Amino acid sequence: MAKQINVSLIGNPNTGKTSVFNLLTGLKQQVGNYPGITVERKAGVCKLSRGVKAHIIDLPGTYSLNASSLDENVVIEVLLNKKDKDYPDVAVVISDVENIKRNLLLFTQIKDLDIPTILVINMADQMERKGITIDIPELEKRLNTKIVLMSARKKIGVEELKKYIEEYKKLSIAPCLNAFEIDPKYFGGLQKAFPKQSLYKLWLVITQDVNFANIDRNTIADASAFHTKKESELKRLQQKETIKRYQFINQTLKATQEINLENAKGVRAALDHILIHKVWGFAIFFLILLFIFQAIYDWSSYPMDLIDNAFAWMSDFFRETLPSGALTNLLVEGIVPGIGGIVIFIPQIAFLFLFISILEESGYMSRVVFIMDRLMRRFGLSGKSIVPLISGTACAIPAVMATRNIENWKQRLITILVVPFTTCSARLPVYLITISLVIPEHRIAWVFGYQSLTLMLLYFIGFGAALISASLLNKFMKIETKSFFVVEMPNYKIPLFKNVAINIYEKTKAFIAGAGKIILAISIILWFLGSNGFSDNFNNAEGIVSNRIQTEGFSDFNKKSIETELVNYKRALQDSVFKKVYQISPIAINDSIKIKKTILYNLAKSQEISSYKLENSYMGYMGKAITPIVEPLGYDWKIGIAVLTSFAAREVFVSTLATIYSVGSEEEETIKNRMASEINPANGKPLFDFATGISLLLFYAFAMQCASTIAIVKKETNGWMWPSIQFIFMSGLAYVAALIAYQFLK
Amino acid sequence: MKTTIASLKRGQKAIITALITDQIPLKLLEMGCLPGNEVTLLQTAPFSCPMYLNINGSHLAIRKEVAENIEVELV
Repeated sequence: MAKQINVSLIGNPNTGKTSVFNLLTGLKQQVGNYPGITVERKAGVCKLSRGVKAHIIDLPGTYSLNASSLDENVVIEVLLNKKDKDYPDVAVVISDVENIKRNLLLFTQIKDLDIPTILVINMADQMERKGITIDIPELEKRLNTKIVLMSARKKIGVEELKKYIEEYKKLSIAPCLNAFEIDPKYFGGLQKAFPKQSLYKLWLVITQDVNFANIDRNTIADASAFHTKKESELKRLQQKETIKRYQFINQTLKATQEINLENAKGVRAALDHILIHKVWGFAIFFLILLFIFQAIYDWSSYPMDLIDNAFAWMSDFFRETLPSGALTNLLVEGIVPGIGGIVIFIPQIAFLFLFISILEESGYMSRVVFIMDRLMRRFGLSGKSIVPLISGTACAIPAVMATRNIENWKQRLITILVVPFTTCSARLPVYLITISLVIPEHRIAWVFGYQSLTLMLLYFIGFGAALISASLLNKFMKIETKSFFVVEMPNYKIPLFKNVAINIYEKTKAFIAGAGKIILAISIILWFLGSNGFSDNFNNAEGIVSNRIQTEGFSDFNKKSIETELVNYKRALQDSVFKKVYQISPIAINDSIKIKKTILYNLAKSQEISSYKLENSYMGYMGKAITPIVEPLGYDWKIGIAVLTSFAAREVFVSTLATIYSVGSEEEETIKNRMASEINPANGKPLFDFATGISLLLFYAFAMQCASTIAIVKKETNGWMWPSIQFIFMSGLAYVAALIAYQFLK
Repeated sequence: MKTTIASLKRGQKAIITALITDQIPLKLLEMGCLPGNEVTLLQTAPFSCPMYLNINGSHLAIRKEVAENIEVELV
């Protein structure tokens, strides 16, 4: 069997580790989660010579093996547990050329674990420009390993790295630092107690909260018995270790590295001067945000229209070609629109991640964190909360996941809890259709339409609700955590296309896998509840409706729409005769109008039947049951159902209304016209008036209507407590706000 | 009162002399914030928090309350 070599890529954040990983593995990557936690696990395969394969793991970025977050803990777990399937045969530590000193700290720690360790100095093409010269052979000798000068951007050094990986058995595993030196007394005792164990490994086990599921239990039980030192003393020893390591590193680099600072004056200082300026910095950030939102809505509208049409076409196609029956109905009315409901979000999410990964890759995001920290802290958040809050405007799911790099648990928790308030893209269809119904199309000074201003206001309400609830949570939550705000300000870089592309692909895939499944399942359940019933009314719907049409005629809406369609049809026919497109007799014209009339009558009839069926289906009964609850908000049972189903995912609001009103198409104009013609039986006025519309908008702005978000919050907070609180708080607030709005405005 | 990083002015250089270690995250030490190393204050956000520093070649931002625990000597 061809031998497989396990390789771990390890490095500080911002060293281009992921670029190296992408370069080695190409698109042959598998991205998943580590079991039980939501830390991303990236693995890939790289072919070496003679059929040997390298199985490469891209470990989360870390500054040292003293973990302070879940992500960093994964690194230690993999490196300490020899039975772990990812335990490396060889480790590759990636450093960027400017921060070798700091990266060597991590390098020496890993080398001390008896793992052969190769050092990659990435971005080596910039050495000359930065005024750095390194004596590689001497450094190799002092660190006792092989060093690769690499540029992932210019694809330099890959072959050399592959060669060293293949020959990993030739590498020395001698440690850089004798752990004994840190504190002879303490470590002497430790060595006496466990003579067979590597001293540095023992030390790491004692200081870390590592979950050693597979390691020899005895050793650990004994080790915890060895907790003779207090936490503060252990911390002091950790600091001593760091100092000792830096002494070694400083000596090593003094002999091997020269930095000529004269050459190092870069664009960095100039860009920093503007981008984190006390005035310009904020102005630029605001402009960038404005551009991103504008671009997302403008650019994604084209693919979204295409997707919309494609799925409508697919539904029609299956309806016409497949034999009619329950299965075809499930496909045409449940599954296809369900999948369409997921795919429609892909353009927006992809564009958002395009911008976010460009901002992150370029190094700008750290500057945003820097300028926003002070402001965000006022609300109990951290500067690092800004990234999740921006991501939240696309989708709360990736946004909740993006909170992971906030080290302070309280600030992270608050961010997770308030992020679903931001206006995500699933709210947009509801907002757009409601606004177009109840807000006049009037413009102020020809530029700002009332409608677009309302939409903007809704975004502000979302952010405002997030910030205000954050400061409330901050006041009432009694969690004592120390603030460990340390942000590295990386150098500016031009983003690598490949990294951005892979990031967009992975994030979009995660959204489809996470949210998509739930949206699809809900669509199918909705279809079932709406197309099945137990009552006589449901089973005899056809007869009942036919009788009604014979005695009373069609509903007012259908009467009117048939009339207008016929008038239009007649006019079109006469026009074409007049323009000599057709040569037909007046009798033939009358015949064709008759045929058109029959088609329209049949269509209207089947629509009224399905509407009647829905009213008497399981879903109809559910809707009528909740009427007393939603009536004070200005909703009837139909809107009630749409609101109820939206608790699974907001975006089903429009499609549910489309089904209930039996419009038969999800074409926005049609649904809108139908909604506009809906009459409130209580007062004879349009149901969707200003009061109901505002109440609906506020309800959707605040309510926690997304099963996928609840699922991800449960995962990230380790339990049902926080998602339950979040659900009750947000939905309660939504109800109260909608109630007040309706009662005041009606 | 002792001089700390928090009292540095923009562009000022100093050498770290002592740390109140209980009040400083280990991560900061690991990034090179150790006695004997050089620190420069590059920029500050409004109300001088957070502070943007170059410590021992690493560019990083910390909050003022952490900076107050790092004693320095001006050069």
